[in-house]
Amino acid sequence: MTPAAVVFYILASLALLSAVMVIWSRNVVHSAIYLVLTFLCVAGVYIVLRAEFVAAVQVLVYAGGIVVLFLFVIMLVNLAGTLGPRVRVHATVSAIVGCAAVALLLYVSASGGLDTDFGARIDLSAQGGNLQAVGWALYSDYLLPFEIASLLLLVAMIGAIVLARQKY
Amino acid sequence: MVEYVPILIFLGVATLFPVATLVIARLLRPSVYNKTKLEAYECGVPPSGEARARYPVRFYIIAVLFVVFDVETIFLFPWAVKFKALGVFGFIEMLVFLGILLVGFAYAWKKGALEWV
Repeated sequence: MTPAAVVFYILASLALLSAVMVIWSRNVVHSAIYLVLTFLCVAGVYIVLRAEFVAAVQVLVYAGGIVVLFLFVIMLVNLAGTLGPRVRVHATVSAIVGCAAVALLLYVSASGGLDTDFGARIDLSAQGGNLQAVGWALYSDYLLPFEIASLLLLVAMIGAIVLARQKY
Repeated sequence: MVEYVPILIFLGVATLFPVATLVIARLLRPSVYNKTKLEAYECGVPPSGEARARYPVRFYIIAVLFVVFDVETIFLFPWAVKFKALGVFGFIEMLVFLGILLVGFAYAWKKGALEWV
């Protein structure tokens, strides 16, 4: 097993473990903190896969911004008396989703679609590194999705203001 | 991958240091508790109520605006490093992107979402 594989398996299992703790912990704020750990582990996985820019974005946006958003929502709603059983799951739905996920993973690994060398053959030095490659792809080939992303952000912003406004 | 070894070492030290400090402190300190000692430390008035009180919804708008402009800034990074290669087209592209977000900013401003009182 290569060092990259070792690091990947450590990070992946830590991410899964903290993800389980997100739904397992009784305190919602603790769940949010475990979510930060999950996001950070996923960022580490991105680094192992040689996607440094995505890793930085993962830390800045998800571990930073999104979790702050979650914490604000936790602080907005009244949580007293809502701490019921540890995990409330709909058995049928979770069984279907779980089986589908396992089937998908088995299918992908059986068809050889899994990248077992963890991006070791990816060499972006010709394009000047990861960030340059992302920049070039984003602003030439993926121009339309990029502009649509700004509309998405606009909708999020206006939606939040409309929902939270006090005067109608 | 090798260039990330210092970060791994840093992470290891950063994790071990507080754990070691807490363990050593637990071994050394006397553990005598009384009511006053277990109370939340607060300067001035005695604490009342729970820490998890509900907050005004205005904080949520601020958080959403923060995330939106956070993402906007992140989109600027890959654009900035490829600025020369992208040329005028890339510049206009980014102006459109920023223009669309500026509409949202103007809306937030006009609706008074940025005013606190």
